[in-house]
Amino acid sequence: MSIRAQFRLDRGEFALDVQLDLPGRGVSVLFGPSGSGKTTLLRLIAGLERAPGFLQVNGEVWQDDAAKIFLPTHRRALGYVFQEASLFPHLSARRNLEYGMKRVPPAERRVDVAHVIALLGIGHLLERKPARLSGGERQRVAIARALATSPRILLMDEPLSALDLARKQEILPYLERLHDELEIPILYVSHAPDEVARLADYIVAMDGGRVAAQGPLGETLARLDLPIRLGEDAGVVLEGEIAELDAEWHLARVAFAGGSLWVRDSGLPVGQHVRVRILARDISVALEPHSDSSILNVLPATVEQLADDTHPALALVKLNAASAPLVARITRRSAAKLALRPGQAVWAQIKAVALVG
Amino acid sequence: MPPEDLQAIWLTLRLASITTAILLVIATPVAWWLAHTRSVWKGPVGALVNLPLVLPPTVLGFYLLIWMGPHGPIGHLTESLGLGRLPFTFWGIVVGSVLFSLPFAVQPIQNAFEAIGTRPLEAAATLRAGFLDRFFSVAVPLARPGFLTAIVLAFAHTVGEFGVVLMLGGNIPGETLVVSVAIYNRVEALEYGPAHVLAGSMVAFSFLVLLSLNWLGRRREA
Repeated sequence: MSIRAQFRLDRGEFALDVQLDLPGRGVSVLFGPSGSGKTTLLRLIAGLERAPGFLQVNGEVWQDDAAKIFLPTHRRALGYVFQEASLFPHLSARRNLEYGMKRVPPAERRVDVAHVIALLGIGHLLERKPARLSGGERQRVAIARALATSPRILLMDEPLSALDLARKQEILPYLERLHDELEIPILYVSHAPDEVARLADYIVAMDGGRVAAQGPLGETLARLDLPIRLGEDAGVVLEGEIAELDAEWHLARVAFAGGSLWVRDSGLPVGQHVRVRILARDISVALEPHSDSSILNVLPATVEQLADDTHPALALVKLNAASAPLVARITRRSAAKLALRPGQAVWAQIKAVALVG
Repeated sequence: MPPEDLQAIWLTLRLASITTAILLVIATPVAWWLAHTRSVWKGPVGALVNLPLVLPPTVLGFYLLIWMGPHGPIGHLTESLGLGRLPFTFWGIVVGSVLFSLPFAVQPIQNAFEAIGTRPLEAAATLRAGFLDRFFSVAVPLARPGFLTAIVLAFAHTVGEFGVVLMLGGNIPGETLVVSVAIYNRVEALEYGPAHVLAGSMVAFSFLVLLSLNWLGRRREA
């Protein structure tokens, strides 16, 4: 179960040359600045555009120029969500939903449409025409419409970028539910760091029509050779679950592989799966554990790697805290003073931890 | 109203209906191609389709008369197919009307297809609809106002045609004698009474056409 893609495209002012090997489950985010070729790559995978190459999705070959195979879009079992919902304005939400479903042979319908409607919370909107839906509601119907065709892969092209902040916050929880409940891989184009932090399992960083880096989210974010900026700063995302609530101090303990972090209690129950984001600038490194500081989260860690940061005064330190990768930004003077070197045991003092969902 | 005038009205309506039906079949693929092509031929083909807008009808009628005649290429073709000659027949003026009204049918449909853009069709393709399927289930319903405008314009323009019919069809009652020619004949014969009746009904008809176009336009905005 995997997605293998290889495309080469040269349109003069824009060239694309990519080779991808993506997991057949979970959310893979194509991340990069606008103009980096993310959307073009997604359209090539959908067959909406054509370039020489090869494409195989979960065992089925959709394009193989060597064998003269090119399935047209309508014969590929995919779901596609555009930036703008692109619902058919002449059909009600329900008939939009049925449009694709009707065209899939009954034997291939695996998705329970009632479940999809419930998952996206659109039951009360079905009789309305798209003109009478809000932007967020339209996008939810569009996602449901794509899922109703029982796709083998869901392609989403910046589905939140046309929405304002409030609408984004409205839809993100639904996307997280899709992430948790769907068996099929999702390929998600985004340039928004918070969407990456909340949704990605696997990340493909694109730049100038090429893949700059690809790999599982945690590992890839912690790479020092190409720190992917999540917003203004380098940082990592850890996955864990709420293990304990401290009612007296309004704190929650998030346990992840081999360690735990205290975060502000945001009302989530014990056992809830969560992600936390830790920025490099919020981690400092000490040789001794200080019990006399205000910092709540101090983890034992090993130095794995040191690298220069963009400013000559700063260095990035990759740490391994009980198999969880962390990245700290410290001054080069501090690194020299502590004589940091790979393999050294240190304490990572974490000033701020953000719960991202 | 004299029976020969009623016959002219009936013939005109028959001509306009058949012309409109044929035009829809021809204009739709032409409009689709013009709306979506990136070919260098888009300009020349578009100009050719729109030529009847600027040509005097007599010029078009003259060339059609020559081409459909016994020595013309269309004439050769129709005779070898056993259809006989087209000039001075009903089907001859149908051919002339179709060509003459082509831009009036193509332009509204082309504009409607261009306004839809490619996105809804791409969305339909990702929802398993093949080309003809998405054409009829998405493009045609969304372009409906364009089709309605094309129908009204093509029909009305055919009803109002004079020059091409005169050049190609002459004056044969029940075969090529349409209302506009009938009015001309009445005036030539100084029969102003029947001319008034026919001319007045044309004015009323044209007014209703423009009114319905206006109504269609407002429905499109709504």
